[in-house]
Amino acid sequence: MRAALLPLFAGAILAISLPARADRLPVPADAPASFKAECGGCHLPFPPALLTAPDWKRVMARLDKHYGDNASLDEKTRRELEDFLVRNAAGNGRMAGQGDPPRLTASAWFQREHRKVPASLWRDARVKSASNCSACHSRAEQGSYRGREIALPELREKH
Amino acid sequence: MYKAMLFALLAVSAAAAAATPRETINAYAVEAVRQSPGFQPSARRGAEFYARRFAVSDKMPACTACHTDSPAQPGRHAVTGKAIKPLAPRAEAARFTDPAKTEKWFRRNCTEVLGRECSAAEKADFIQFLAEGL
Repeated sequence: MRAALLPLFAGAILAISLPARADRLPVPADAPASFKAECGGCHLPFPPALLTAPDWKRVMARLDKHYGDNASLDEKTRRELEDFLVRNAAGNGRMAGQGDPPRLTASAWFQREHRKVPASLWRDARVKSASNCSACHSRAEQGSYRGREIALPELREKH
Repeated sequence: MYKAMLFALLAVSAAAAAATPRETINAYAVEAVRQSPGFQPSARRGAEFYARRFAVSDKMPACTACHTDSPAQPGRHAVTGKAIKPLAPRAEAARFTDPAKTEKWFRRNCTEVLGRECSAAEKADFIQFLAEGL
């Protein structure tokens, strides 16, 4: 009996320490309108749970040097977005981004989730950038990242 | 006091109000005339501006780097790959109907592509081309 319960127990601990469902990352309900309008202007408005709170603070502190682009905002909007991102940030160190500003595509979690993706595919003209979630995850805009929704046929087979 | 309040209310509602692309062009043209009397928006100059290679930025040397050679076609962000809806109002009706949004993107994209802000005359010509074609 005790032995039978053990996997269940381990599963419960895992569930606490990892994001609830890796394939469901909906935009939190408390997102301000500026999240889609500003963050979503040039890229998919990334789920806040993909970086930690210190990471988001670093991102939002240097919007004038935003991965090679000037994405400056007025202070009211900047603050509103930072608060939202920090409120919904990951508590898990595996989501910590790397680099300055930190890249969510370089976190231990992201790298492991995408370990089967060949290096050549990240440079594919259909993808262009690892931050282009929608290139492969056809329902990323809706917060869904399920394997069977992957748009590139050569990748779908691996999931 | 009452007059001041009414004025403030008008200013707020004007700022929030939607505009047509024509009204947006006119607003920039009024500003451009102040800087250069006799200014008239020109789709031809706008088209030339749209296609010009400024070559200030490696990844975004021209408007066309993201918006393609034809502004009625959907574009793609040159760095992130994100899909961009067509810039031309004839293909995407919401374009140039929100003055604050229009200003924001001119500021951002002109700084990126030209290395400076665009003039009111350039903006009027640009939208004239996008709204009416050549």
